[in-house]
Amino acid sequence: MRGTLSAFSAGLREFYEAPYRRTLARAHRDEDDLFTLVVLAEALGVPNPASYYTVEMLPLVADRVHEWHTRLGMDRSPLDHVSCC
Amino acid sequence: MNSLVLMIIGLAMVIAGYFLYSKFLGSKVYKLDESFRTPAHEMNDGVDYVPTNKFVLWGHHFTSVAGAAPIVGPAVAVIWGWLPAFLWVTLGTVFFAGMHDMGALWASVRNRGQSMGMLSGRYIGARGRNLFLVVIFLLLLMVVAAFATVITNLLIKTPTSVIPVWGAILVALVVGQMIYRWKINLPLTTVIGVVALYSLILLGDRFPIVLPDPILGMSPAAFWITALFLYAGIASLLPVWVLLQPRDYINGVQLFVGLALLYGSVLIASPTIVAPAINTAVPEGTPSLVPLLFVTVACGAISGFHGMVSSGTSSKQLDKETDGRFVGYFGAVGEGLLALGAIIAATAGYQTLAEWEAVYSAFNQGGVSAFVEGGGAIMNAGLGIPASLSATILATMAVLFAATTMDTGVRLQRFVVQEAGEVLGLKVNKVVATLVVLGVAMALTFSTGADGSGGLLIWPLFGTTNQLLASLTLAIVAVILLRKKRNPLPVLVPLVFVMVMSIYALIVQLGTFWNDQNWLLLGLDVVILVASLWVALETAIAMQAARKGTFDPETDEPVAAGSVGSGTAER
Repeated sequence: MRGTLSAFSAGLREFYEAPYRRTLARAHRDEDDLFTLVVLAEALGVPNPASYYTVEMLPLVADRVHEWHTRLGMDRSPLDHVSCC
Repeated sequence: MNSLVLMIIGLAMVIAGYFLYSKFLGSKVYKLDESFRTPAHEMNDGVDYVPTNKFVLWGHHFTSVAGAAPIVGPAVAVIWGWLPAFLWVTLGTVFFAGMHDMGALWASVRNRGQSMGMLSGRYIGARGRNLFLVVIFLLLLMVVAAFATVITNLLIKTPTSVIPVWGAILVALVVGQMIYRWKINLPLTTVIGVVALYSLILLGDRFPIVLPDPILGMSPAAFWITALFLYAGIASLLPVWVLLQPRDYINGVQLFVGLALLYGSVLIASPTIVAPAINTAVPEGTPSLVPLLFVTVACGAISGFHGMVSSGTSSKQLDKETDGRFVGYFGAVGEGLLALGAIIAATAGYQTLAEWEAVYSAFNQGGVSAFVEGGGAIMNAGLGIPASLSATILATMAVLFAATTMDTGVRLQRFVVQEAGEVLGLKVNKVVATLVVLGVAMALTFSTGADGSGGLLIWPLFGTTNQLLASLTLAIVAVILLRKKRNPLPVLVPLVFVMVMSIYALIVQLGTFWNDQNWLLLGLDVVILVASLWVALETAIAMQAARKGTFDPETDEPVAAGSVGSGTAER
């Protein structure tokens, strides 16, 4: 009985999410890109009044930098001191 | 004729179609193969390509293709009598729509889940692909304009639906927050959402809203249309999780509830159909049954829009190729049943023939309002729900269908405008693109006057465009079958029929628009007519090449004569 209910619930969730999964994933990616840009602002030469806070977040985005710049059409990292490739 | 008998015959026909004809198509024509690795597995990315349970996928597919169109079309078409509409809906579902939807799904699955636009480029040529974009743009434009008029007419004729219709936006906004922000589980959210919606229906039934005339210097119709376009513009610009996603979902659930209420009522009340089987005394100005019936009832019999859904999303989620029979064919059966419900409601919900004739006093009269009034009377007789409340339930259902399609239509069309801008080297931001979409749609809606009736006048034109899109999809499927050296007749016969009827209807409408001196619709008609003839020509050329050429049965790619090994298994 519990198995049936959880299967029903999972099916309902799939029914809810499936039509918009792509749009939501894209929106999520755009938000991540914006976050990455804000964190890397100083490194890109853009004055960032919140750099005191964002510098602490650099390790969080470091892993994604390569995927980020290649997706934006830059074969090589635009950051001198982040040589991911 | 008793409506219960008609319902049982209709159900038996479409169910038999599923068990017999779709089995034939699956095994002999499309040759569905359970072991074929579908794009959902081959390209699984957790976003677009996800293997999905066939029942869930069917629910998603069905609610994506079912909207207000299978209600509006049949409810308008019964003006020629219930029999032609019934035959076209049932036989159309069995031999046209099911085959078309299943074929589109199969063609896309066999081509890495590519959309019909991409496939038209591959199988019909680059011009075929451009044609596809033009047709889709026109189709979306007409959907937005026509549904704005449909909703407005219902809000005016059923003032009790005003509160639930606009209140549903609030329900959707709260449901969106409950799911993503407050993390409340979905079954509970669903129950709360549906109860809230039906509470609003009860509230609306007690407090009908009738607008004063004029309001803000406009007639009530013009006011509602303007408000709807304003709303659709804002809704299409909001993040999807805020409004569109929960709205589509609640609407999907409501679809099943509404269908169960309607069919349950017919089962209990079994009212007599008062409309004639074939109406020999059609009101003056009613166009001829042939060809207009076949374009007036587009969704519910065969619809090009389904090909977009089949190849756009469903094909990327198909777990096994053999599931295509259930998802594609049975999805069309679901829509056929909605159309059948609309025919019964619009013809059996009246006490006498005179009463029915008063409603269907002219072409495009009756329609969805007849579905609401008639269906409401049947629900009153069957389930004992007061007639006014029943009508409010059905009006809300029809409006919500139309509104969600309108929201999505504006959003999709915005993307088309932005893409067209890129082609022309212009960067069009989303607000400007939305304004362009709304401006053109409003021009179409108000093309016949300040009452905004232009939206419904283009309904047959919407049908021809939709059928033109269906022809393109059928042409792609036929070319693939010819390349694989399989029997193309189950696709060719419907293709020729639909194409001939569409072109014939366009020529008839051309005369009507000329006589009415409606230059906007005349221009649109000419564009669609040229596109139709172009499709016919391109299709003939592509088929001839497919028939004469030698192709690899596996990839459908042309090969030099003699290079296909005799041991290659046909798939």
